[in-house]
Amino acid sequence: MNYLVSIGLEVHVQLRTVSKMFCGCATGFGAPPNTHVCPVCLGYPGTLPVMNQDAIHYTVVAGLLLGSNISDYSKFDRKSYFYPDMPKNYQISQYDRPLCDGGSVDIEIDGLQKQIGITRIHLEEDVGKSTHFSGKSGVDFNRAGIPLMEIVTEPDITSADEAMSFLVALKQIMLYGEVSGCNLEEGNMRCDVNCSVRPETQSRLGTKTEIKNMNTFKGVHAALLYEIDRQVQALESGEQILQETRRWDPDAGITIQMRVKESEHDYRYFPEPDLMPVVLDSDKIEEWRAQLPELPRERRTRFVEQYGLPDYDAGILVEDKALADYYEEAAKQSANPKAISNWMMTEMLRLLSERGLELGDIAMKPESLAGLVKLTDSNTINSSTAREVFGILFAEGGDPAHIVKEKGLAQVGDSDLLDKLVKQAILDNPRSVEDYRSGKKAAAQFLVGQVMRLTKGKANPKLVQDLLRTKLDG
Amino acid sequence: MSLEIENLDLQAAVELLEGGSCSSEELVHALLSRITARDSSLCAYLSVDGDASLRQARDADKARASGSTAPLLGIPLAVKDVINVSGDSCHCASKILEGYVSPYDATVIGRLRDAGAVFVGRTNMDEFAMGSSTENSAFGVTRNPCSIDHVPGGSSGGSAAAVAGGEAVAALGSDTGGSIRQPASFCGCVGLKPSYGRVSRYGLTAFASSLDQIGPMTRTVRDAAALLEVMAGHDERDSSSINMAVPGYSSCLGEDLRGMKLGLPKEYFVAGTDSEVDNAVRAAVEECSKLGAEIVEISLPHTDYAVATYYIIATAEASANLARFDGVRYGHRAEGVINPIDMYGKTRAQGFGAEVKRRIILGTYVLSSGYHDAYYLRAQKVRTLIRQDFEKVFEDCDALLTPVTPTPAYRIGEKVDDPLRMYLGDVFTVPANLAGICGLSVPCGVSSDGLPIGLQVLGPAFKEENILRVGHAYELARANSKNG
Repeated sequence: MNYLVSIGLEVHVQLRTVSKMFCGCATGFGAPPNTHVCPVCLGYPGTLPVMNQDAIHYTVVAGLLLGSNISDYSKFDRKSYFYPDMPKNYQISQYDRPLCDGGSVDIEIDGLQKQIGITRIHLEEDVGKSTHFSGKSGVDFNRAGIPLMEIVTEPDITSADEAMSFLVALKQIMLYGEVSGCNLEEGNMRCDVNCSVRPETQSRLGTKTEIKNMNTFKGVHAALLYEIDRQVQALESGEQILQETRRWDPDAGITIQMRVKESEHDYRYFPEPDLMPVVLDSDKIEEWRAQLPELPRERRTRFVEQYGLPDYDAGILVEDKALADYYEEAAKQSANPKAISNWMMTEMLRLLSERGLELGDIAMKPESLAGLVKLTDSNTINSSTAREVFGILFAEGGDPAHIVKEKGLAQVGDSDLLDKLVKQAILDNPRSVEDYRSGKKAAAQFLVGQVMRLTKGKANPKLVQDLLRTKLDG
Repeated sequence: MSLEIENLDLQAAVELLEGGSCSSEELVHALLSRITARDSSLCAYLSVDGDASLRQARDADKARASGSTAPLLGIPLAVKDVINVSGDSCHCASKILEGYVSPYDATVIGRLRDAGAVFVGRTNMDEFAMGSSTENSAFGVTRNPCSIDHVPGGSSGGSAAAVAGGEAVAALGSDTGGSIRQPASFCGCVGLKPSYGRVSRYGLTAFASSLDQIGPMTRTVRDAAALLEVMAGHDERDSSSINMAVPGYSSCLGEDLRGMKLGLPKEYFVAGTDSEVDNAVRAAVEECSKLGAEIVEISLPHTDYAVATYYIIATAEASANLARFDGVRYGHRAEGVINPIDMYGKTRAQGFGAEVKRRIILGTYVLSSGYHDAYYLRAQKVRTLIRQDFEKVFEDCDALLTPVTPTPAYRIGEKVDDPLRMYLGDVFTVPANLAGICGLSVPCGVSSDGLPIGLQVLGPAFKEENILRVGHAYELARANSKNG
């Protein structure tokens, strides 16, 4: 029997606002516990929330980038449940009037295009973080009140691989839109995974389970592979799937039951009386739409047209916004944008992956790369020297012209000197000269190599070749 | 000099201080003596910090010596225990907030502080402002200064008793369903509930967020106007506060009511109201007519539904607002608990009183899945109808005249076992909160038992000047007729 899989994701994306959603506290990661807190985000008696307008803006930008309908009227609601990491024991969220409805994300799977539907995007506040010690527990409220956007998909995803592609594509769009840092290690993107399977002969969806609080894409992938298999096995052996919440145990590589549906909360939603509804007029939405950043697809086309790059190269560069931004910055300062791309596609990506670094970690500035290309194009340095300089720039940064000068790496283009060295190479290697004259043209390469060696690799190879030919052929 | 502090109103105190005939320190000192002498029988205050008040008073005297002319410089005020004052306790008359010290000033406190006010103490109330008699305080029952075995009303019963009993020049209260106007009426002082959004709620411990307002409780209408002028205005920290200029309320007051049209809602003059109350209010209406107002009978057809609507919406909001009292971050935490659920259960069982528990349970019920639409949603629809009733009559009327309560103050313990009867006493006050309009309670008579009776003046949203004008002119006329 074949089974069909339906997966829907609820992705929580932390917005990159400077301050929290309802107070002025900072949102930075890694501060000592309970240092980014105030009476408002601690839920002290008498305090009131005040909406951070940037959070609204970023959520709308995300909606526009995903093709959602932006609600001209939306509101906030209280979602009630008790938990020690919830300062007010209700979360300010959006129930029936979210900021954004609908939309989609395009993914590519096995070379085929597929569209994953977005149901809605709403805005809510994050909660604190509990830590358990022996015999007691502590709560850090630094994270409480940081704005989160919840993006809910349709159950359009049909495999673990598709889920992975969706998350990668979504992250790319969020980064392009600059609405989130999307830093997974800092918990900027977390998701709940809903999954069901059914025999292919059945049209209605099977009973779903929900895997809560996944914070890595790899984890989502692994948990889904397990969960799909678990559900299929259960159906095969005639068992019922229970509607339940499960937890992924990455060490054991299995999902574990947390609670079944019957004991789930009644959240008792009602409109938040402390906040006014969000009314967005169409002028405001259009203003924000006009400011939208270019998405990867459009940028790729433009790179091909504007910089004359092959489509493949443009595709690689735009995959990562940081890489594409770096490229553009360097290309703008260079007369040879194709050469910039060549350096980034080869040396830069190789060194980054070899050393496990991100673009942001390296000292080399885009203008340094442009400078390096200029030195090569003007024949100031030859290509092997250029690679050496690139290595220095990558590790230490700096001005390539200065490095070339300081280390005496400029190409030897002095024809008197080279003439002398060519003569010496001919004298020192009579057999090669003989080989050449007897028709073994490759012998010339050996002689060029000898001259290069004498100049410690700095000679202009083209000039050496010309001088040799003149002498040997003449 | 000998200060007759028990008869001193705010206006007179300002004049004394401005004229230099007494210092703020002397004034506060006299007040503290009065509280010491009187409060053991009234129990209007939960706490009084004499040293801190005298220090604030001396600072005010120094500021005056260096030329400050802040409008309330050196004036002592009493604050209902539900409003946060930095460094003071804010127990909301509940055991669950034991040990809590507020880390911040409510916006109104900040404004009054900037205007020079001195904060003397915290007044008793029904726990979390839930009640109409101040019998629901975890820290003792406040008594009515006009008759010691009667309730002062509630929930701002401590503030009303302090003002009426000469233990405060003026006080702050909060009004969610009548909690300023009803105790003012029971004790015989003036109480003003501003329009929803006129005064910032930031720092007012929330009972029902869409209904709560802070307001002044004073000896005279003029004093209420003077305090409101300082308290009102937009606050960025309260999204429900309106960004609209604050009129100079004191300068809107006059001696007559010529050109004003006042409505009498027929639903507020019905059988079931105590005849002495009915007579006193009708006499007050007659007085207003003599002052030049045109009196018209009008109708607010949805009045009958107001109490039910109120107790659904208020308890629903309260059930969420009071969820934060869980023992995790501040206040009382039960000992010997085994897990968070156990901690919540025991902390809240020990910390909350019976009325608060009743309302949390009621509010939780009306929001529960399966009941939400039948109760909460329906109540919101009726609330809209009640608001529209008022909007319609205010197209024609400048203000409405009604009783504040169906009866004068009742005896302590008389209704404590019958919450429903107690709730029905709010019938004339809750509609104003549901509609978001403003309301004033002004003394208009005394029953044969010597208990005060209040006249309620209701005005359109953000037209506090209308009700202050009516209340002031009436108050002057009544004083003249008593003297004359």
